[in-house]
Amino acid sequence: MITIEMLVQRVSGLNRDDLRRWIDNAWIRPDGSPGHYRFHDIDVARLRLIVELRDDLGVDESAMPVVLSLLDQLYETRRHMIRLRRVIETAVPEDVRGRLLDDLGDGARKPQS
Amino acid sequence: MPTTDLYATLGVPRDASTDDIRKAYRNLAKQHHPDLNPGNKVAEERFKAVAAAYDILGDPDKRGRYDRGEIDAAGAEARPEGASYRSYAEGAPGARYRQSGGAGPEMSEADLGDLFEDLFAGAREQRANAPRRGRDLSYTLTIDFLDAVTGATKRLALPDGRGLDVRIPAGIEDGQTMRLKGQGSPGRNGGPAGDALIEIHITPHRFFRREGRDVHVELPVTVSEAVLGAKIMVPTPTGPVTMTVPPRSDAGAKLRLRGRGVAAHGGQAAGDEFVTLKVVVGDVDDALESFLRGWSAGHSFDPRRSMMEDS
Repeated sequence: MITIEMLVQRVSGLNRDDLRRWIDNAWIRPDGSPGHYRFHDIDVARLRLIVELRDDLGVDESAMPVVLSLLDQLYETRRHMIRLRRVIETAVPEDVRGRLLDDLGDGARKPQS
Repeated sequence: MPTTDLYATLGVPRDASTDDIRKAYRNLAKQHHPDLNPGNKVAEERFKAVAAAYDILGDPDKRGRYDRGEIDAAGAEARPEGASYRSYAEGAPGARYRQSGGAGPEMSEADLGDLFEDLFAGAREQRANAPRRGRDLSYTLTIDFLDAVTGATKRLALPDGRGLDVRIPAGIEDGQTMRLKGQGSPGRNGGPAGDALIEIHITPHRFFRREGRDVHVELPVTVSEAVLGAKIMVPTPTGPVTMTVPPRSDAGAKLRLRGRGVAAHGGQAAGDEFVTLKVVVGDVDDALESFLRGWSAGHSFDPRRSMMEDS
């Protein structure tokens, strides 16, 4: 767990006011409450990403919520896909798995009579 | 490391302004940023190259040293890399920023959300004793040509000793698969049984051939039946019928028996039987031989002429 002080040192280009605003906007969602925030690794990585989007890629703060929302949707879908893949790999009987892979490979299979 | 031209990587001329370089970098970075292209290795490699190039060219001091050859294309360290956002976002911690759940301590990735809600409705609580459909079982069944043309009921012996009556519809094709609902493995916990999938093989007939709904047969006739005409018996899939051979028919003449092909089925009219005449000379006696000697003297018909012409 990481505190605000450690964070501002760790992420270059970050200042406290930005961070506070981003937390208020729920772009960053640390544990704890104002004055006692605790950040997870993913929060740090997300902060870096937001800084990078702003400083390097020219995404301004009015466009940021759209970008973050699309990214969050993308990653949620990818987590579903990854989970689904794991289930297919581990919990699905082999013949069913084969049929799934066939169907995915063939695109649409012809219906049988 | 192979020498790369950093200007080419960013797609800018060597005399590009700092501003142009930054614009070029931003454009490329937007396209290839790995967090915006998860799972795309090409984009990731491209982004690394672009970022490394910008690291040098974007810094007037480093750019000068690169231009003067004091540092090569790899002269600067790659940008400091913390673990990418993606490496967290695709794993369990990603749930902190999921869209559908909102913030809260109860967020769990075990929940696939509304994406699969319908598919898994109810399954979570009662997975263990949920009704499950039985598996489909596959068989092959070989049937006679005539059964496929007219339709039939055949008994399929199952491995468990049971027999299964299979009603073969008229007109079934070789290799076609029939699905018998509920004749596969029994379901579990009150679930429905699976289906039996029966692949049909059709053995060829001694003299009938099929083309879609029609049946073809080559029918031997004598010289006199062909020349003088005759009423003869012709085999069809449903038994022999009488057919008239018109006088002066030639070998290869094709006659049609309407409705004598594949039986009508599923809204399709019955097919036809096509009879191709094949003249058979048979035993030749002296009378025929001497007649032909006298007869052919005055005839010069050459049936092979068309084969000899250039065309």
